[in-house]
Amino acid sequence: MSSMPAAVALNTFREAVRDRVLYNLIFFALMMIGAAILVGQISIGINRLVIINLGLSAISIFGLVMAVFIGVGLVYKEIEKRTLYSLLAQPIRRSEFLLGKYAGLLLTLAVNTSFMTLGLAAALFYVGRPLVRSDALILVAVYLILLQLALVTALALFFSCFSSPLLSTLFTLGIYITGVFARDIRTLGELTHNPALKGATQVLYYLVPNFHNFNVIAAVAHGDSIPAALVAQNTVYAALYVALLLTCASAIFSRRDLK
Amino acid sequence: MTTPAIDIAGLTKDYPVGFWRPRMRRSLDHLTLRVEEGEIFGFLGPNGAGKTTTLKLLTGLIFPTLGMAQVRGRPISDIRMHREIGYLPEQPYFYDYLTARELLDYYARFSGFSRAERRERIERLLERVGLAEAGDIQLRKFSKGMLQRVGIAQAVLHDPLVIFLDEPMSGLDPVGRREVRDIILGLKQQGRTVFFSTHILSDAEMICDRVAVLHQGKLLGVGAPSEIVSIEIHAMEILFEMRDGRPLPPHLAATATRTGGRCRIAVPEGSLYETLGQLQACQARILSVAPVRPTLEDYFLRLIGGGEQVSPAVEVRHS
Amino acid sequence: MSDPSRSRPLWTVLVAVPVLFVALAALQVRIDAQARAMGDEREELLLRSPATLKQISLGYDSLLADLYWTRAIQYYGERMGTEHARFDLLWPLLDITTTLDPRLIVAYRFGAVFLSEPRLGAGRPDLAVELVHRGIAENPLEWRLYADLGFLYYWWLQDYPNAATAYLEGSKIPGAPPLLKIMAARVAEKGGAFETSRMIWLEIYQSSKDPRVRNRALEILAGLRAEEDESHLDEIAETYKQRFGRYPATTAELRDSGLLEGIPVDPVGYPYVFGPDGKSRLDPNSSVVIPAPVKTRRSISK
Repeated sequence: MSSMPAAVALNTFREAVRDRVLYNLIFFALMMIGAAILVGQISIGINRLVIINLGLSAISIFGLVMAVFIGVGLVYKEIEKRTLYSLLAQPIRRSEFLLGKYAGLLLTLAVNTSFMTLGLAAALFYVGRPLVRSDALILVAVYLILLQLALVTALALFFSCFSSPLLSTLFTLGIYITGVFARDIRTLGELTHNPALKGATQVLYYLVPNFHNFNVIAAVAHGDSIPAALVAQNTVYAALYVALLLTCASAIFSRRDLK
Repeated sequence: MTTPAIDIAGLTKDYPVGFWRPRMRRSLDHLTLRVEEGEIFGFLGPNGAGKTTTLKLLTGLIFPTLGMAQVRGRPISDIRMHREIGYLPEQPYFYDYLTARELLDYYARFSGFSRAERRERIERLLERVGLAEAGDIQLRKFSKGMLQRVGIAQAVLHDPLVIFLDEPMSGLDPVGRREVRDIILGLKQQGRTVFFSTHILSDAEMICDRVAVLHQGKLLGVGAPSEIVSIEIHAMEILFEMRDGRPLPPHLAATATRTGGRCRIAVPEGSLYETLGQLQACQARILSVAPVRPTLEDYFLRLIGGGEQVSPAVEVRHS
Repeated sequence: MSDPSRSRPLWTVLVAVPVLFVALAALQVRIDAQARAMGDEREELLLRSPATLKQISLGYDSLLADLYWTRAIQYYGERMGTEHARFDLLWPLLDITTTLDPRLIVAYRFGAVFLSEPRLGAGRPDLAVELVHRGIAENPLEWRLYADLGFLYYWWLQDYPNAATAYLEGSKIPGAPPLLKIMAARVAEKGGAFETSRMIWLEIYQSSKDPRVRNRALEILAGLRAEEDESHLDEIAETYKQRFGRYPATTAELRDSGLLEGIPVDPVGYPYVFGPDGKSRLDPNSSVVIPAPVKTRRSISK
């Protein structure tokens, strides 16, 4: 039944809300208010720039933290707390369960991000009314951040299927950072004249999810337009990689004995 | 020959033990068993015998090393089979941030009920397990007994035909245990099959149609409780009181046990009337005279203590 | 709950906590004073390598650039008023800022003025030129940076040909004001003339939104006016000497002799005075400052 992942997703969202995850928005709001008030004093002529930089970076970082820390517990917690026992005795496939958990966290992230985007728009309006058309680019940047978060969540979920939260966090963050640096690593490999290293870094580049693809914060802050092709390609990239990770996670989880 | 409710054939589970060079520990050894429809089947054994392992295998939480099993004709690997089963885990662990109603509603969605149906079933079940007032309290505030009732509710919510209960009576006070027994009997009346594990033998004795005894992963015996236990009456037990705190007659005092004012003595059937006469002579007040029947417990302890493979007292019935 | 055994510990806490915080604050003041007493505030910049910082920023380099920019301004602001201040960290801070965000135009423009100033800045016009060159490389369509380059060549390096070239290049950029072309021509023809210098500083004043830069520009414009006035007055004083055999003592004498109409005042309103050597100068109370003489400026650029 196709509504089963949806039921799991909604319940995962409900759990996050009751765990007071969304309270991070208060912190975000305070930060943006503070920034909006202070930015005029500190930096002249670049109010918009600073607010957009700060807002988008915060959305990205908050989202990342949430994706990793909740993501690594998505499956692990259920196994440890044994809440899965009665759940998996229901007529729901393990893969449907996984999909539902993933969708639930993604929904939480999307809701959280939406509120933050509103906060950013409000701060931007405050420092630089009226809003200009180029400010709509913020939405593009936020969308790409969400793609990034979708990938990170899939990574965290994957590890959650078989390793403890501590290790999963390390692996996920490790891959994330590698993915951010992937381009530089490849460049480094090319600079050395060692064919083995060159080959290895090249392989790494194509293997690891290239998170640097999604970062348009600087461009949007300076008002550059983002080509639609970039957005489309990144969407497909993220979708494919997520599908890959979820498939692997499902394969592992479906064969796993619950303790 | 009708399809059995549960058909287990050679089901085996090995676990790796140890970190560096894991060895395999066999926690279930070639279990073969049939449970017919409408039976209340008791699965007995000491802790660690493999009862929970069996239940987890049947409900798809773990996967068999060898062998297979079917529930109502569908293999345990088929997810559709789950529509027809209900499961109460050994320790009910539920999402503690949900209320009882929310949990039941959540689970009910997996069986595809409409909102109206869900609402109706949940109310009915909460009433039945005695949690009607506690429906909107978060589960983290529930006592163990209340959680057990929620567990039973979610196990029968979707009217499954086969219900697996792992230690359903544990953690309940005598009133609760009676209620659970009544629920199980009620389920049988509706024609459902109940398969439950327990180590409280008196409960099994009371309601089971048949029982199986498991020890160290191996099946030691299957059959009806009455058949397993032979009904030979070996002795009679007399319960009596000495008037005014007088001492017991010397030749009885050796074999009688005394707790407070009550005395108990077991005598061979042949000496019953003689002993009664002696008690009458010292003006003891007779409270009861009853046969000493070996219980399931005795059989059980004998099996376990003996550690031998004992063939079933009765052959498994075919119908 | 008025259970005395519970309320006593609570009162203790409610009193103790603020007291402890006050004590901590007092200690912090002491510690800060101690640090100051240990010599000039140690100028610390833990990570100097812009490339490393860009790596570490994990994609948030734009935000980090803003942070370093803020730090640069604060660094400058703290030292601006103090005597004998050193601005050694200004270049590294601006270097890092513009490496992290090469499109932060304000940083280049700020650097152009305050990296080159000897007293009110780092006194390194060469670094300023390097910074602006980088700015132009990363932002080839930003005409203001060409104007800044022109200014640097003109004012600090007295390199009029290069200055003219810079202004000319800038004038070709779409959106550049026609002023740049005029300045290119002016600089090529009359480098060093007051009018040219005034034009250049006026352009800086008009094209910048940074109050510090605008302030500086106003100060220099006032100083240039005063310099021009003094030069003019000195000429008149020579005429006076030829006529009366001595230098004038006050500008009033010049007026009375008919060589001057009215009492000339400097841009802040103080009348000019004459020194014993017959040269005019500013009233000692005046806040106007003549910009450093050309000789001094030239030596700084070495």
